[in-house]
Amino acid sequence: MIAEIGLAALWLAAALAVLQLAGGLAALRAGENSDIAALTRPAAVLQGGLVAIAFAMLLWVFAITDLSVKLVAMNSHTAKPLIFKLSGAWGNHEGSMLLWVTVMALAGALIAGIERRLPEKTMQATLAAQGFVALGFYAFLLLSSNPFERLPEPALEGLGLNPLLQDIGLALHPPTLYFGYVGLSVAFSFAVGALVTRNVTPDFARAMRPWILGAWVFLTLGITAGSYWAYYELGWGGYWFWDPVENASLMPWLAATALLHSASVLASRDALRVWTIMLGVVAFSMSMLGTFLVRSGILTSVHAFAVDPERGSFILFLLALYIGGALLLFALRAGTISEGERFSIASREGALVVNNVMLSAILAVVLLGTLYPLLTEAFDVRVSVGPPYFNPVSAVFVFPMLAVMAVGPLLRWRRDSWSRVSKEMALTVALLLVALVIFGVVSQVALLPLLGLSFAIALGVASFLPLRGRSLRRVPIAVWGMVIAHFGLAVALLGMASESAFSTERLAALAEGERTSVGPWAVELQAVEPVAGPNWTAMAARMEVSYDGGKPIEIEPQSRNFWAPAQQTTESVLVTRWNGQLYAVVGSSSNDGRWQVRLWWKPLVTLIWYGGLLVALGGILALIGRVRTDLKRRTAARKGAARRLEMEKIS
Amino acid sequence: MSWRLWVPLLLFSGFLGLAAYQLTQPKDDVVESRMVGRELPYFTLPPASLDRPGVDSRDFYDGKPKLLNIWASWCLPCIAEAPQLEALKEQGVEIVGVAIRDEPVDVMRFLTQHGNPYTRIGRDDLSEVQLGIGSSGVPETFVIDGKGVIRYQHIGDIREEHVPILLEELRKAES
Amino acid sequence: MKAKHQRLVLVLLAIVALVGAALLAVYALRNQASYFYLPEQMQADPPAVGQAVRLGGMVAPGSLETLPDGITVTFTVTGREASAIPVRYAGILPDLFVEGSGVVAEGRLAADGTFEADNLLAKHDENYVPRELQDMSEHQAAEMAEETTVGLE
Repeated sequence: MIAEIGLAALWLAAALAVLQLAGGLAALRAGENSDIAALTRPAAVLQGGLVAIAFAMLLWVFAITDLSVKLVAMNSHTAKPLIFKLSGAWGNHEGSMLLWVTVMALAGALIAGIERRLPEKTMQATLAAQGFVALGFYAFLLLSSNPFERLPEPALEGLGLNPLLQDIGLALHPPTLYFGYVGLSVAFSFAVGALVTRNVTPDFARAMRPWILGAWVFLTLGITAGSYWAYYELGWGGYWFWDPVENASLMPWLAATALLHSASVLASRDALRVWTIMLGVVAFSMSMLGTFLVRSGILTSVHAFAVDPERGSFILFLLALYIGGALLLFALRAGTISEGERFSIASREGALVVNNVMLSAILAVVLLGTLYPLLTEAFDVRVSVGPPYFNPVSAVFVFPMLAVMAVGPLLRWRRDSWSRVSKEMALTVALLLVALVIFGVVSQVALLPLLGLSFAIALGVASFLPLRGRSLRRVPIAVWGMVIAHFGLAVALLGMASESAFSTERLAALAEGERTSVGPWAVELQAVEPVAGPNWTAMAARMEVSYDGGKPIEIEPQSRNFWAPAQQTTESVLVTRWNGQLYAVVGSSSNDGRWQVRLWWKPLVTLIWYGGLLVALGGILALIGRVRTDLKRRTAARKGAARRLEMEKIS
Repeated sequence: MSWRLWVPLLLFSGFLGLAAYQLTQPKDDVVESRMVGRELPYFTLPPASLDRPGVDSRDFYDGKPKLLNIWASWCLPCIAEAPQLEALKEQGVEIVGVAIRDEPVDVMRFLTQHGNPYTRIGRDDLSEVQLGIGSSGVPETFVIDGKGVIRYQHIGDIREEHVPILLEELRKAES
Repeated sequence: MKAKHQRLVLVLLAIVALVGAALLAVYALRNQASYFYLPEQMQADPPAVGQAVRLGGMVAPGSLETLPDGITVTFTVTGREASAIPVRYAGILPDLFVEGSGVVAEGRLAADGTFEADNLLAKHDENYVPRELQDMSEHQAAEMAEETTVGLE
């Protein structure tokens, strides 16, 4: 019964999406006062409620482990802890698509409910676009991935007891990225709405901005968490592998970052109109492209037997429909959008344009690298593209972007002179040069990490310069957001550069009682003992490690063997100090009783993720600042209107 | 109107074309066995479940074509193909199973849940037989004629549309 | 007039950067993408010594050996035909790396014809994984397994 309620709610929501689309279109044709157009907003709001019910029903069947529902039987198990039962609801294709439409419909309900800044016609067009996008995903869910499908006979027990997937990180990671993707879909709808009604105004950018910021915060968190997860879970000591799954989350982030900055130019200065629209389309297409690449298995073809090719085709079809349609509209309409305000190169806008261009170039580099195997496979050549391509080629554009990041925030809007900020620029350049000399000449660091270290230090200081000479209490929250986000990027960069410049690695075969060292750490392998867990057995290597002759710490990395499903995992151990991490992995034993041990000392590596968190924090602050300003403005407008009404009454 | 505005659409169409082409391409990512057309290597496997005997290569010399199904209880696609194996059994096909790196307890649980279409199930803990007959993954299904010769290899799970193909191959193996 | 001029400069900069990015990417991809070799391909048409490539095949049974230092292993990767490439690797063997199983080795061919691997990617056995897919990382595998819904159709 519960599953049927969920399914019915989903069908009704799909019907309402049709109504929302029809209402929006009617408003465009017959004017916003036509009868059906009045239904657009209520349809969006009601739809949000219905999809939330559907999702709640899915959570419910997972919570009670209703094994007559196919999805539950495939992905859950009665013996799972409740938290993993619930996370199992979206830890699979159907459930995650339902989560996607849930977030999307709630976002639609929110804009339909409260967004009144834009002209009604533009809003109607935006909601029509939003309904159209949602409709495609409803169709996908209902026609090819119904999460509520029943089994003819209830299963006796569920199949989802895979220990690898009972991980809180995996439970939270996909939804985080989805929130980001969906936020970008809202930005996309706004862009289409503005394009259809040729109404690309600062108000449009202001309405769109909170959604971009929100999406961007979630993407930042998702990427940061995913990177840390790969770092501790894989036992390879790396934090970013440039594999398609990772790139699929990085590309929307790059596009969203560019969009965020161009939208703020549009909001403050009414410039970059066409470019912002373009980025709005690109950002969402990157989200869909990422989903397509991961889901269709077209790149790694990991999914050859696991994923229905039908699904890949469906997503490709949606991609063609939405992105192709939007780009066609763009080609037809963008020429008629009048040019925005002008500005000089030495201005905040000028710097933001350069930043946008650099971000787009990086995006192009990552996109081409990700798609290249797809291209060569058409000619029957198998390649893989990895760090030797991505690192240097993206660096060509990253460093100029960082340089602009250091200077841009200091410049004034519209027109400024370089001489006004010459002191700050001189300071930044001096820092850069000193760092280059110290690390380059004195410690002989390789080129890319050398640039990374130096730029990180210079940018880290420069990111606080916009606060100079201002009363810190009166600095708007949004500006704090920018400062912290820029500083966070410098921190993350420092972590990455330091990891690559100063990491030391030790690979050794040790007998029990033998010692070795890595960097400032002394390591002694004390004993290797078997340990048993609920569904695994492991060899645990007890080691005593001490930093620079300090107090010894005991660690126990393991090599684990799981049964059902049979697999082996290495459980690495991380010892975190303020200045870095010791990373220890144990391998197998050689015939003479020695054990393979792999150790890394990675100075400042944790800064990578702290930096990511700072960037996200900056985004949150900016979001709070923007929403607060908006609310204030709204209250002021309401008060003004009330006063005017009173005045009229009096007169 | 400027031609430049069409550039994004053009680039996107290029990508779409490529992606659509790749989606329709059959994936040649399977390793075909070179053993097709040859005789089975000699092997003996202990039983993997309590209620079915183990497998011996000599079982395939009784003149009746059989299916040799490589599977495992930990393999998800094997669940997907269980109904099709059941359907083949209904058609009177004799199916011999080889469970790869598996435990009897798991095998029994799998069979009670998803049905047991097998007449014999051998336990291949080291994937010896699997490699010996040139199978590189799980699940795979081989048609063996009555003289111990591998006649046909099916890679991946058996879907509904593959059932008639396998029946046809079995019929061909009869002659 | 000046503003118009500056705008032109920005547009030009954008075009130069984007076209430059595309050209640079294409150029770098031709050089930096690591090609995938099967043992028979590597034997017939070996890549240049020192060029980063990938080698995929089966670990020949009986060929795995640990050198006296305890951390360097050597083994032979065989393909469909009677071709065999000796591989040397220093490091911890990946999960599920056993003789007779599939492996993809990332590395380069040394002058003596040995393949020096920096990284080994073993076949993941969670699901049926065809040969080409052996190179998926555990990371991907976990994400994939999480999204897999085999058998629902």
